[in-house]
Amino acid sequence: MLKIKNLHARIEDKEILKGINLEVKPGEVHAIMGPNGSGKSTLASVLAGREDYEVTEGSVEYLGEDLLEKAPEDRARSGVFLAFQYPVEIPGVSSTNFLKTAVNQVREFRGEKPLDAVGFLQMIKEKMKLVDMDQSLLGRSLNEGFSGGEKKRNEIFQMAVLDPKLAILDETDSGLDIDALKIVADGVNKLKSPDKATIVVTHYQRLLDYIVPDFVHVLYQGKIVKSGDKNLALQLEEKGYDWIKEELKATV
Amino acid sequence: MSTKSAKAELENIFNTHFEDFEKSLNGLSEKSTHEIRKSALDSLNHIGFPGNKHEEYKYTPLTRQLQKNFRFERFASTGKLKLEDLKDVPFYNENAHIVVLENGVVNTELSKVNGAQGLGIMPLKEAFKQNNEALANNFGRHLFAEKDAFAALNTAFAENGAYIHIERNTSVEKPIVLLYITTGSGELTYHPRNLIVAEENCEVNVIESFTSLNKGNAFINQSSEIVVEKNARFNYFKLQNESESTYHIDNTQVVQHRDSLFNAYTFTFDGALIRNNLNIALEEEHCEAHMYGLYLTHGKTHVDNHTVVDHKEPNSFSNEIYKGIVNDHSKGVFNGKIFVRQPAQKTNAFQSNKNILLSDNATVNTKPQLEIWADDVKCSHGCTTGQLDEESLFYLRSRGISLQKARNILLHAFASDVLEHVSISFLKEHVEYLIHKELD
Repeated sequence: MLKIKNLHARIEDKEILKGINLEVKPGEVHAIMGPNGSGKSTLASVLAGREDYEVTEGSVEYLGEDLLEKAPEDRARSGVFLAFQYPVEIPGVSSTNFLKTAVNQVREFRGEKPLDAVGFLQMIKEKMKLVDMDQSLLGRSLNEGFSGGEKKRNEIFQMAVLDPKLAILDETDSGLDIDALKIVADGVNKLKSPDKATIVVTHYQRLLDYIVPDFVHVLYQGKIVKSGDKNLALQLEEKGYDWIKEELKATV
Repeated sequence: MSTKSAKAELENIFNTHFEDFEKSLNGLSEKSTHEIRKSALDSLNHIGFPGNKHEEYKYTPLTRQLQKNFRFERFASTGKLKLEDLKDVPFYNENAHIVVLENGVVNTELSKVNGAQGLGIMPLKEAFKQNNEALANNFGRHLFAEKDAFAALNTAFAENGAYIHIERNTSVEKPIVLLYITTGSGELTYHPRNLIVAEENCEVNVIESFTSLNKGNAFINQSSEIVVEKNARFNYFKLQNESESTYHIDNTQVVQHRDSLFNAYTFTFDGALIRNNLNIALEEEHCEAHMYGLYLTHGKTHVDNHTVVDHKEPNSFSNEIYKGIVNDHSKGVFNGKIFVRQPAQKTNAFQSNKNILLSDNATVNTKPQLEIWADDVKCSHGCTTGQLDEESLFYLRSRGISLQKARNILLHAFASDVLEHVSISFLKEHVEYLIHKELD
């Protein structure tokens, strides 16, 4: 589904990704962990098409196509979804209108008819249950005045509505209490299917108790320095990242 | 020709026009009214038209534009406007008191003013003839002709426009709509003048809308005096969507008395050059004034909003939000003055001006100006000029929304807080339509 080869990216003059290699197949859950500043969020942003970053080397193939060629909206339409670490508050834009516009632009791209008001509301109500979201939030401006938990829930709700093939969760667990975390993880789990894949970017192992990964990768200084199964995450939780840094020094 | 002598020439032209104007009045005008006109002409001759370096006009070279584009050879004429011309004019068919002004002159046949208890609407000319107490007490008493050359010019030629009087305790149910329609071919000039007196405890909505059906350059030099008496509630809307060869200057002086509420909305779209001077004097305690402005400009349109709110007594509140979306080679100017006089303790006064530039060639000059002599006040001001927020754009796009649509959504959101308080649905819908047209 996703093949990242030797990906280098920088922001302004600072090189952040220094040769990432990663392959994600349908049905898999990959966790990307690493200390702060290792490049985790950059990787998520580059995949979603944030224009602040410049890709200097390497390639990303998604469903057989060059992902980096595509505009952010075209990536979204072809099934890539980024759940933001810090969802943006947009005053004056109603949550409902925003969602309806997004859904219908995606449907149009897929050659489907736009949903009418009734069909849209029906679908929305169903998806809201997945993340136990309060309907009153839909009447408000997009993310405006939402609590941290509400914002993250709203991200997963949008993911449910847009039904992506590849979901990238960027530190979705940060700032969540355990109840909110369970709800968010539960939502993600319900959306899993054999033809979809998930990349979970996180600093902490906690989320991975609820979204169980098939693979865990450690990103450090812009490279994946270690990969393993879910036990690697447990090891990191227990011992921190220093032992990996030590290991790396030893090999150098 | 040097600017100075050109300026003087412009003054000469209007002095000659004034002589013709006096003759046309044929001695019929009330003496006291005419004294006000003559003294305004003296003021104009004394202060002169603003030169290029004039502090209040330095970003808006109105005098130069008038010299360049007008010859001022004749007065605007009327009589061209027909009923069928009005079918596409916004609001003409709305459920409202409609006053049609052709080149500044009230056309009573095409107007549709339904009798309403406590509401008096008539051509200013007619009111001059009657010279009732409210007119005599207010005409020319509030607008400071000695400070602004264009206000002086308007006062000197004051004859046509609307006189509106709302008696105490009257709630005027339907909005009053003044439809200004410019007709004719070739260049023309007119000086519409309004006086609106809203007595104690009354409630009224007044809309002014400007439409061009003419060909050629038009100079509209408009002034209004609005008196808002005790505990009156007044909503005042101005919609300027004119031809690309219309030069429009508006001086509106509002005077508020105790416990009154005044909301001003100024929506500006097309025109060659538009300058609005909106001055609100809070004469007594516990007044509340809101000024909302929205300008969406493209081409070479130049829009300048100068506002003054003058807190003279304690415990009043004023709030101002002006927003601009400026495209192509167009230009936005904002100057907002807040005065808080020494007695005006416990004043709350807020102001903000935000602009989005959509093109590298668009410009905005914005200047807040606070002058505060009282010490126990809350005042704030802020202005921003920039592009659309990149992070918000990316967020929308990352959900599958096209770049163009995403920009559109954000621009509408930017404009929305100016529009959301508009309670008259036909006006709100029309402004929304104009915003769509401008942005799509």
